[in-house]
Amino acid sequence: MQLSGKDVGRIAEKVALITGAASGIGRATALLFAREGAAVALADVNTDAGRRVADEIAQSGGRAFFEPVDVTRAADCQRLVERAIREFGRIDILFNNAGIIRRATVLDLSEDDWDRVMAVNVKSIYLLSREVIPHIQKAGGGTIINTASGWGLTGGAKAAVYCASKGAVVLLTKAMAIDHGPQKIRVNCICPGDTDTGMLREEARQLEEENRQFLAEAAKRPLGRVGTPEEIAQAALYLASDASSFVTGTALVVDGGGLAGSV
Amino acid sequence: MTGVLRMMRLENKVALITGGTSGIGEAVAELLAREGARVAIAGRNESRGHAVMARILQSGGKTIFLRTDVRKAAECQRAVDETLRSFGRLDILFNNAGVFFPHTALECSEEEWDLQIDINLKGTFLMSKYALGPMIAQGGGVIVNNSSGWGIVGGDKAVAYCASKGGVVLLTKAMAVDHGRQGIRVNCICPGDVDTPMLPEDARMRGLDWKTYLAGCENRPLGRIGTVDEIAKAVLFLASDDSSFMTGAALVVDGGGTAD
Repeated sequence: MQLSGKDVGRIAEKVALITGAASGIGRATALLFAREGAAVALADVNTDAGRRVADEIAQSGGRAFFEPVDVTRAADCQRLVERAIREFGRIDILFNNAGIIRRATVLDLSEDDWDRVMAVNVKSIYLLSREVIPHIQKAGGGTIINTASGWGLTGGAKAAVYCASKGAVVLLTKAMAIDHGPQKIRVNCICPGDTDTGMLREEARQLEEENRQFLAEAAKRPLGRVGTPEEIAQAALYLASDASSFVTGTALVVDGGGLAGSV
Repeated sequence: MTGVLRMMRLENKVALITGGTSGIGEAVAELLAREGARVAIAGRNESRGHAVMARILQSGGKTIFLRTDVRKAAECQRAVDETLRSFGRLDILFNNAGVFFPHTALECSEEEWDLQIDINLKGTFLMSKYALGPMIAQGGGVIVNNSSGWGIVGGDKAVAYCASKGGVVLLTKAMAVDHGRQGIRVNCICPGDVDTPMLPEDARMRGLDWKTYLAGCENRPLGRIGTVDEIAKAVLFLASDDSSFMTGAALVVDGGGTAD
């Protein structure tokens, strides 16, 4: 299947900015967006892995650069956007995907961890969106996609700050959709269920649970398995492309039926 | 597409679409056929059904029309049987048939209540009931139900419609839970106002002039109503492997109408 030509890609000639792009869902989305014809600006705190993703895209004929970015710092966000404009000339798609998790009740959660999770998962969207929106407007419109979570719609055990942060992402998404719809900017979020990423294993570690047991629990949902990063990337592609041209302010649940009800 | 070969997204698939003779159903039939699916169009209006069929055949697609009233179990069963007889399998069921009468509980007649619940909700149950067996037997399939933004939030003068569409959202989730392990994904779409014949008909029944009515519909973040093609693309996403980890979801396609 040939999809690399710019005539056939579903987001051909678009420029996409992706945070948390060094691993997991961000990495899979970077590879998919590039395959579908977009030039991609990749941001992450993990420089080595981020560079490898950019190299991989360049080697298969795509256009990509990696910029080391801490999305909680306004100056970093600004630098990232300036470089994207310098190298690619425009921005059409922003995928706010950087995120971290702390598995703890409020009793066990330190104030530092609260601040850190809220900064990475929520404030980053504000910091980056305010830099990017004027450029998307200049491009004549575009889309912003935020990674929320199934736990942005319902609560989970020992995940107080994560739930609070992802609930905030869902409503920030809707608020931005209302504000920027008239400027032809669509804003949506994805609510993934448990997905086979480094974060899932990190959760098992934080909860001091055995990996295999934890993953077996995570698979307990109608489809009987956890998701792959590529499946979440396909949802991001739908929201990034013109296929979703009448979709804004929505939370797209991609969770193997986890929220549909108990099996 | 500019002359470059692109793989079709539903090659070798067979789709059955209710309410396929106009509006969203018609657009979905044409899009799925363009993406390589063989399409069975079920509907009550034979002349419109044949017109849609003729257009699909003309552009090289494979299709049949099945005169079907989704309120009747025997006709639903026959639609599934005929699809299997013609195309040998069934991969995608789009439960789309729907009707709308704008009334409060005080104004809604029992006949209108029954009509909306039976077509919009019971029809979805009946078609799914007969389609699931063959889908499970062949190792999997996809059901997409057409709900509505008014399956998630209430609307004025729409009691039976809201009840039926809210029912569709939760029927979707219940079926997703029951049949996920059998390889069946069940999702619904929740369109906002879309340029279908249902819209001017609603304006007429409400006694509103079209311009005033349309202005009300356009009052949403994207500032316009949707096109049937935009809804069809959402159905394609849910019908294709692009959504392979999605089940039990309600995909809202409404220009931001329910964001606030």
